[in-house]
Amino acid sequence: MSPAAGYVADSADAREREVMRVLADVADPEIPVLSIVDLGIVRHVKWDEHGRLHVGLTPTYSGCPATEVIRESVRRALNEAGYTDVVLEEVLSPAWSTDWITPEGRRKLQAFGIAPPHAPANDARSPKVVACPRCGSRDTQQISEFGSTPCKAHYRCRSCLEPFDSFKCL
Amino acid sequence: MNEPLLRYLLRLGDTSLVLGQRLGEWIGHAPALEEDLALANLSLDFIGQARLLLTYAGEVEGRGRDEDALAFLRDPQEFFNLTLAEQPNRDFGYTIVRQWLIDAWQLEVYEGLLRSSDRRLADIAAKALKETRYHYRFSSGWLVRLGDGTEESHRRVSRALDDLWRFTHELFTPDEVDEQLADAGIAPRLQELEPRWSARIDETLREATLERPQSVHYPWHGKRGQHTEYLGHMLAEMQYLQRAYPGAKW
Repeated sequence: MSPAAGYVADSADAREREVMRVLADVADPEIPVLSIVDLGIVRHVKWDEHGRLHVGLTPTYSGCPATEVIRESVRRALNEAGYTDVVLEEVLSPAWSTDWITPEGRRKLQAFGIAPPHAPANDARSPKVVACPRCGSRDTQQISEFGSTPCKAHYRCRSCLEPFDSFKCL
Repeated sequence: MNEPLLRYLLRLGDTSLVLGQRLGEWIGHAPALEEDLALANLSLDFIGQARLLLTYAGEVEGRGRDEDALAFLRDPQEFFNLTLAEQPNRDFGYTIVRQWLIDAWQLEVYEGLLRSSDRRLADIAAKALKETRYHYRFSSGWLVRLGDGTEESHRRVSRALDDLWRFTHELFTPDEVDEQLADAGIAPRLQELEPRWSARIDETLREATLERPQSVHYPWHGKRGQHTEYLGHMLAEMQYLQRAYPGAKW
């Protein structure tokens, strides 16, 4: 759909919301239930004086292999929505934090079977209790601080005996 | 071109790259699946940090070399990583000791770089520091478990510590590049970081029931491009594809 179809973007805010709606459909390639907006990695959407659209994205982890896939998906989604003159910018500062995952993103993680970040990022030095995303039990155990992707740790539930991933606090 | 800044960025970036490559050598060989994943995750973080630092280094150099050109097309004497980072993996305990010593060093360096007058470097450090914190939790946790573990695990990490300790002298011994950057407010003064590193190391050693080896001044200086024989072999493997098939892409 073109941004102008049935909708006239008459202010910067409205234009921005339109772009955010497009970005809200771009899935994280490793956790596809989450969009990049849920993940909190879209840092800015703005236009320069030449009418070029600038989108700022921040990497979650320095070495996250999803970063490049995400850039391509964003470019494709924006192109398909009619935004052809797009500049993607990498924003490093302030460094991404799991505190930026939206409430909606946290709900989606939980429903997908991944425990959302269990504490504010500045408490991350002392791991707290992680509730099992399947049965809700708080009788869980960390198996490893590392999992299938940089952002997840590996847990098991001692009540329902299922293993599960927990989104690390960063 | 700001030559000292370029050299400093290559030191940090090469240390991360070389250590990341070493950790990657464990994939499929670690003692347990969880540790295999852990070491691979660490490797990924280090390579990610290396990319940010080497990309910046390439821009400072201004000769059009990107992260890949710097990683794959330089010879050993053009690498400026810490000598400690290039030491071979040997056994799991040896890898953990190497990791723990470098993680503790990075904690201090990145913390100090948060106040760097170079904004971009401060941003990279802030990002990396978050990762270094859990790297340190992993490596110090394993050091305690192995040191205070069985007779065999204790023996192995003691030996690794004795073997690797001589490379720690380089971590906090500044040369003219370190001094110039400290004077410019870009990098922290290495001598000022040493006491905190030392205190952290001693605390974990006590918990791990290990003894701190005596200081030895090791004459090699990876950060000045003088390396042990191990780096060349590692690079030969790491760079093979780009050297044999220049410009090859996925």
